[in-house]
Amino acid sequence: MSVVATDSFLERAPLLFRDWIVGHFPVALQWLVHHLLTITAILTVFGLFFAFTTIAERKLLARLQNRLGPNRSGLPWFRTLKLWGLTQPFADAIKAITKEDIVPAVADQVLHFLAPVVIVAFSLLGFAVLPFGRYLIPVELDAAILYFFAAGTATELAIFMAGWGSRNKYSLLAAMRALAQLISYELPLILSVVPVVLVTGTLSTRDIALAQGGWTWGVLPHWHVFTPWGFAGFLIFLVAALAESNRSPFDLPEAESELIAGHLTEYSGFKYALFFMAEYFGLTALSGLGITVFLGGWQAPCAFLEFIPSWLWFMGKLAGMIVFFIWIRGTLLRLRIDQLTRLAWQFLVPLALLNLGNAAFWALTSGWTGPLALARWAISAAIVIVPFFLLGRRLTAGYAPRTYRYAA
Amino acid sequence: MSLFPANSGPTVRAVHDEFHGDLLEVSMGPQHPSTHGVFRMVVTLDGEQIVKLKPVFGYLHRNHEKIAENTSYLSSMPYTDRLDYLCSMTTNWAYALAVEKLSGQAVPDRAQYLRIIMAELTRLVNHSCLVGFLFNDLGTSFTPLLYAFREREKILDLFESLSGSRMMCNYQRFGGCRVDPSPEWLAAASALVDNFPRFLDEYETMLTGNEILLARTQGVGRLAAAHAINAGITGPVLRASGVDYDLRKVDGTGFYPRFEFRVPLGAHGDTYDRYMMRILEMRESVKILQQAFKTLPAGPIMDPKAKLRGFRPKAGEAYGRLESPKGELGFYLISDGSPNPWRYRVRPPSLINLTLLEEMCLGHTIADAVVILGSIDIVLGEVDR
Repeated sequence: MSVVATDSFLERAPLLFRDWIVGHFPVALQWLVHHLLTITAILTVFGLFFAFTTIAERKLLARLQNRLGPNRSGLPWFRTLKLWGLTQPFADAIKAITKEDIVPAVADQVLHFLAPVVIVAFSLLGFAVLPFGRYLIPVELDAAILYFFAAGTATELAIFMAGWGSRNKYSLLAAMRALAQLISYELPLILSVVPVVLVTGTLSTRDIALAQGGWTWGVLPHWHVFTPWGFAGFLIFLVAALAESNRSPFDLPEAESELIAGHLTEYSGFKYALFFMAEYFGLTALSGLGITVFLGGWQAPCAFLEFIPSWLWFMGKLAGMIVFFIWIRGTLLRLRIDQLTRLAWQFLVPLALLNLGNAAFWALTSGWTGPLALARWAISAAIVIVPFFLLGRRLTAGYAPRTYRYAA
Repeated sequence: MSLFPANSGPTVRAVHDEFHGDLLEVSMGPQHPSTHGVFRMVVTLDGEQIVKLKPVFGYLHRNHEKIAENTSYLSSMPYTDRLDYLCSMTTNWAYALAVEKLSGQAVPDRAQYLRIIMAELTRLVNHSCLVGFLFNDLGTSFTPLLYAFREREKILDLFESLSGSRMMCNYQRFGGCRVDPSPEWLAAASALVDNFPRFLDEYETMLTGNEILLARTQGVGRLAAAHAINAGITGPVLRASGVDYDLRKVDGTGFYPRFEFRVPLGAHGDTYDRYMMRILEMRESVKILQQAFKTLPAGPIMDPKAKLRGFRPKAGEAYGRLESPKGELGFYLISDGSPNPWRYRVRPPSLINLTLLEEMCLGHTIADAVVILGSIDIVLGEVDR
């Protein structure tokens, strides 16, 4: 994409740097260098992001739990330099690489080896279509949303490979849970994004992010999350994204109190680290999609904040989403597998379908102005809020805190 | 119909034809994060549903009873710490009770009060730990457990400053207690107890009404009162099934009849009731402790006639029992007049409460089994001895 010269230097800086490097190569090779550079940039940035997400998660969980978290690791030879434990992820990486890689004798050697490779490969594919900034979009696909979900779903296949290939009963149970979870939550996840596709009329992530540009009075952004259907869709997306990335309270495949480590039970060393990495890549990619689709992508929240480069806004929102997911993990209990699937099929899917109709109503009534615009808001809100409370009442029917008697 | 339909009781499918597939036998433990030690459950699963469960224990067996029969009465006292290592104060007391019955020793008033103070502090330690571990079994990533541990550590600090050890207190003696707490210790303990309800309120606000907790525990692991009585189950597990049986009231152990407290009773006998029993019992323990700190008399803490070394009770037998945090903890002693007991037998509440585990788990899923086990409250040191 051509860079508009009126943009700030920081906005253009990544592209100028890329073009400067590409310019050193012969013209015949430039396309290759261009793509390799993009891949390297994604791997470096999100590899580091993963590393610091792990330390952020450990520190934040520790704070939620009334302890300090890792605070000892510094740098070799610089003992006096205190770094608040920020180099912990690198120490973890060295440990993971140097540990013995144990493969059970009865395991399916091929599947056991392929599973961590496959899961990392597929979890990285989603990054290809995310617009990280105004001009930072690795691949511009017309069907980007479809591609993203297709790539994301394949990671569950790797979990099943790991569970089946380990020849361990806990892993097998985890694999069955992972498949049940995949089938249940893929549907609400996709259905929560479809309204946005309906309203914006495009499957391209670039155009969806662009469609959320502009502000009312310069301060109220036109993000999809600030519409009734967008807000409902965002909440459904959050729940389904938690389940898709096997995060608490939906971390059933690796439920440590029941299945020890689920599909990871027979993995050690770097293979275990690869699974860990894939989980965070998946979470980051899904958060990135949520930001693109609902939270305005790389757009600034207010007009006067536009001087901050768009890719910084994107990364800031990404960090916010990750912190939210960590907070959830520190707070909630785990659901049981039957409750998990029921929540998807009987609560999220009907709500998501209703929300689709809601978005259609919103698209049809886009011409309403004045008092009609208020009515449009009220009707749209009612379409999601009323079923939410009706279905929500059913969700907890029969369960209530009890009062107790005392012996005389 | 509810989205999370009421957790049903046993609905075990009897027929297993080729259409339904095979059963899966999983050996959970002795190395498993949620079996609370080296306990092992051999579960037979139909999908995720439990059709058979066999508890296997003995991995921590260390010949406690035989060792006690080969050593003097006093030497066994520190060894009883290791039975229920979360509640050494009450195991000490139960053993002292049995020996005092055997020899007919009197216990001074102040020691009786101190014993009740230690026992109720122990109940706070045990129940707050149990509730924390239960939430861990339910899938929280340690948050409630660590807040429970914060309170537990404060009490263990008190134990340490008094007896020299956090958990292995070795505090009780036949005819009294080992150390007299200073006024500063009593003031610190009293302040801690007065603050304890704040912790309970905080805990309950955050967790008791949580929808996931309700859906995961209500109706899970029902235990009928008749079954519980038949199996000899005691303690909070029995009271959750609605049976009014608390040895503090039934036996009136020590000076308990002098204190005002109530015994909470459940109605459903499920995991949620067992969880709530612990919370409510902690609130009652706080009341007992507050009364005890107010009325603690001055005086000696040991019977001056008590003879610890060269202790030889006359021939006979005695059974001393106590409402420990886990249930009826009893010591049965037969003396032949020698310095060692001729027979030494422990009635461990953890082991006997475990006997109906299969009945509670049948028809539930593997995820429920660890929660049910967590709500029974076992300590393997006491189960295996």
